Amino acid sequence: MTRFRKTLMGTALAGAAALLAQVAGAEEPQRGGTLHFVVPDEPPSFDGHRETTFAAVHPIAPFYSLLVRVNPDNPSSTTDFVCDLCTEMAKPEDGGKRYTFQIREGVEFHDGTPLTAHDIVATFQKIIDPPEGVGSARKQYFEMVESVSAPDDKTVVFQLKYASGAFMPALANPFNYVYSKAKLDEDPHWYEKNILGTGPFKFTDRQAGASMSGERYENYHFEGRPYLDGWQATFAPKQSVRVQAIRGDRAAIEFRGFPPKSRDDLKEALGDQITVQESDWNCLLIVTPNQKRKPMDDARVRKALTLAIDRWGGSEYLSEIAIVKTVGGIAFPGHPLAATKEELQEMAGYWPDIERSRAEAKRLLEEAGYAGGLDIVMNNREIDQPYKIVGTWLIDQWRQVGIRATQEVRPTGPFYDQLRTKKEWDVSLEFNCQTIVNPLLDVSKYISEDKSGSQYGGYIDRELDEMFEEMNRAPEEEKQREIMRAYEKRILDEQVHSMITLWWYRIVPHRSYVKGWKISPSHYINQDLSNVWLDKSLM
Amino acid sequence: MWQYTFKRLLLTIPTLFGAALLVFFLLRLIPGDICMVRLGGTGALVDPAQIEQCRVELGLDKPVILQFFAWIGGFFVFDLGTSMWTGRPISEEIGLRFALSLQIAVMATIISILIAIPLGTISAVKQDTWIDYVVRVISIGGIAIPSFWLGIVIILGLLIVTQNWFGEPWMPPINYRPIWEDPAHNLAQTIWPALAIGYRYAAVATRMTRSTLLEVLREDYVRTARAKGLVEHLIINRHALRNALLPVITIIGIEFAFLMGGLVVTEQVFNLNGIGKLLVQSVSQNDYTMTQALVMLVVIVFVLSNFVVDLAYAWLDPRIRYR
Repeated sequence: MTRFRKTLMGTALAGAAALLAQVAGAEEPQRGGTLHFVVPDEPPSFDGHRETTFAAVHPIAPFYSLLVRVNPDNPSSTTDFVCDLCTEMAKPEDGGKRYTFQIREGVEFHDGTPLTAHDIVATFQKIIDPPEGVGSARKQYFEMVESVSAPDDKTVVFQLKYASGAFMPALANPFNYVYSKAKLDEDPHWYEKNILGTGPFKFTDRQAGASMSGERYENYHFEGRPYLDGWQATFAPKQSVRVQAIRGDRAAIEFRGFPPKSRDDLKEALGDQITVQESDWNCLLIVTPNQKRKPMDDARVRKALTLAIDRWGGSEYLSEIAIVKTVGGIAFPGHPLAATKEELQEMAGYWPDIERSRAEAKRLLEEAGYAGGLDIVMNNREIDQPYKIVGTWLIDQWRQVGIRATQEVRPTGPFYDQLRTKKEWDVSLEFNCQTIVNPLLDVSKYISEDKSGSQYGGYIDRELDEMFEEMNRAPEEEKQREIMRAYEKRILDEQVHSMITLWWYRIVPHRSYVKGWKISPSHYINQDLSNVWLDKSLM
Repeated sequence: MWQYTFKRLLLTIPTLFGAALLVFFLLRLIPGDICMVRLGGTGALVDPAQIEQCRVELGLDKPVILQFFAWIGGFFVFDLGTSMWTGRPISEEIGLRFALSLQIAVMATIISILIAIPLGTISAVKQDTWIDYVVRVISIGGIAIPSFWLGIVIILGLLIVTQNWFGEPWMPPINYRPIWEDPAHNLAQTIWPALAIGYRYAAVATRMTRSTLLEVLREDYVRTARAKGLVEHLIINRHALRNALLPVITIIGIEFAFLMGGLVVTEQVFNLNGIGKLLVQSVSQNDYTMTQALVMLVVIVFVLSNFVVDLAYAWLDPRIRYR
């Protein structure tokens, strides 16, 4: 080897080492700084147990810990749960009917009182069996739980009525903030207006309608975290303000998600200063036929409606303008219980050949006595993304088989009044947006009207109810999957109780100096900010 | 004068009662249910028992007439109650927002007076000259351009210009700090909406100043003053303008009251946490108690500003005497 070559190689190696060190150094979390983020809405109250909006998560989750949570290092996984306040994940005992958790030592609430197993028990009792006059939005998620108890200060036992695959995801729900038993005993409504948790940040300030903020909790149970000194959440209902706030660096991130156009605008304006994270989203728009009205009581008409929709084509072009993208069935796409593309393509409305599908739709309409076409009324919500966009797309899809739909768009209150009470519509768009990906529970929406709290089609289908019960009690995933396929086929193909349009697609463009936050399929999870840090070299 | 003031104040009671009656019952006609919006708004599983419990908690299960008397009783002892949405006292929820809306209204009014009276006067004095034409174009532009659109243009303009000039885009702050705590931050946020609103407000007042001043300048007493050899600026300032300001004051009073609750879109464009934004939110959330309180607040501001305008008439024109 010549001297020149040696020198060159030496220089190259030194350069590579320096580069590696630099890269490694750049990704080493840095402590300090305040994260500014925007939230589209303000939480109605601080009590996560009674609220359902993400606004009760983004500015509140950083104050609390959970017993079990979605793995913050792998939040895109739909089945990866890890301990937060427990020491290790409980193994199922007694044929999957008992779970025993050991609680971490030395965890303290922000006021210095120690956390014990009794706090965890009091928390879950409030969620599962709330006292008279106390609201709990997720009581039904724990139908399988018989009791929660604490044999000692460090042990929590969940005894189930039956083994259920829905239990662990329900336990990891991001709204299950662990509260202090002492405070709950004092006043079960205390947490509606006050904050006291064991999370990575302590509450510092709330300005009504404007902002909330938190500062680092030094005794947080994960050593070295959180990295941030603090954060401030600013409430900004208007999307354009949130986008411009990121552009003007008044905020570094908005955790819910933006439409594709906003992503492109930010990228164009700021280039490398913007990083974009994208994911399938555990939210979907559903078309619900009102089976208590003619002609939607006729399964042939409902089938014609679903056959007219070109989901594969729609996915391609709607994803350029709206927050929808993925074609899927009733279970979250990609989950082990979800249908594969091949399985989907066997169901009505998912056939790869749209011409054949629409010809069948026309034939069914003719058979049902609507050869000359059909006029229907569609109830929709007055929100652009993605309601009105998808609604307008559907009108065009149905027009191609002779169905003339009139879209009646209403603000949220009157929309729900129509959907639930008045029911002066033939079809309604509605959405289903869940926290933890938990298909076994998420699909409960489709069971009979008298059993489901959120089925607005007005049908009773006992065969479907039996399948749902059987699926939830089946301990093996393989069996669950088999029943799920039959359940899905009945809902989407045989009876067409519902029509899935497209699953949402989450796009989060943020300032590149925000590190450590990973996108997940739900805007509710992985929001305690304990892993988030700011790269000062990029600020 | 005192007798008049007392009578006017007494008249506000039936006005407020009528407004209360209207707002209470009209709100109940809007379809929808706060509990459904709150618990079922995400499309997640909803327990119907929870919705019913929520209605009981908020007192919505009671007869409407009982709800009305409970509310109106509280209102007359200055107890606005609690927000159905947040469960917090309404006075607490409104406090900060009222301060911000008031500040924007005062700033926009000052800006509009500073622009409207000189421009309107110059335009009238220099009638049918190029100066008059320029002022008329500016004022017609102000009337035609919606404040919220101007607001959007201001924000985008600031972002683009600062990025081009300094390399980093800058936009006004999106969170509010009271002026006594951080004047620089406060003004950096509020000056832009005040300018956007003040421009439209000024445009209306400029046109009014011009047309009333033109009328007054043709009055006999102005001709007499000129015949006496009085200098022109004294004629304008002392004799003409003072009389011409009466309708302008009315416009300013009405606009000021409107600004306290009517800046719905502009507040959203600048993310101002004001009364208008809160009103829209509470209507969309079916928060009856908050909406009622806000509407009543706006009614009170209108009544008071009209009252102040009437009193200002007497000060500006000594010929006006109230009984």
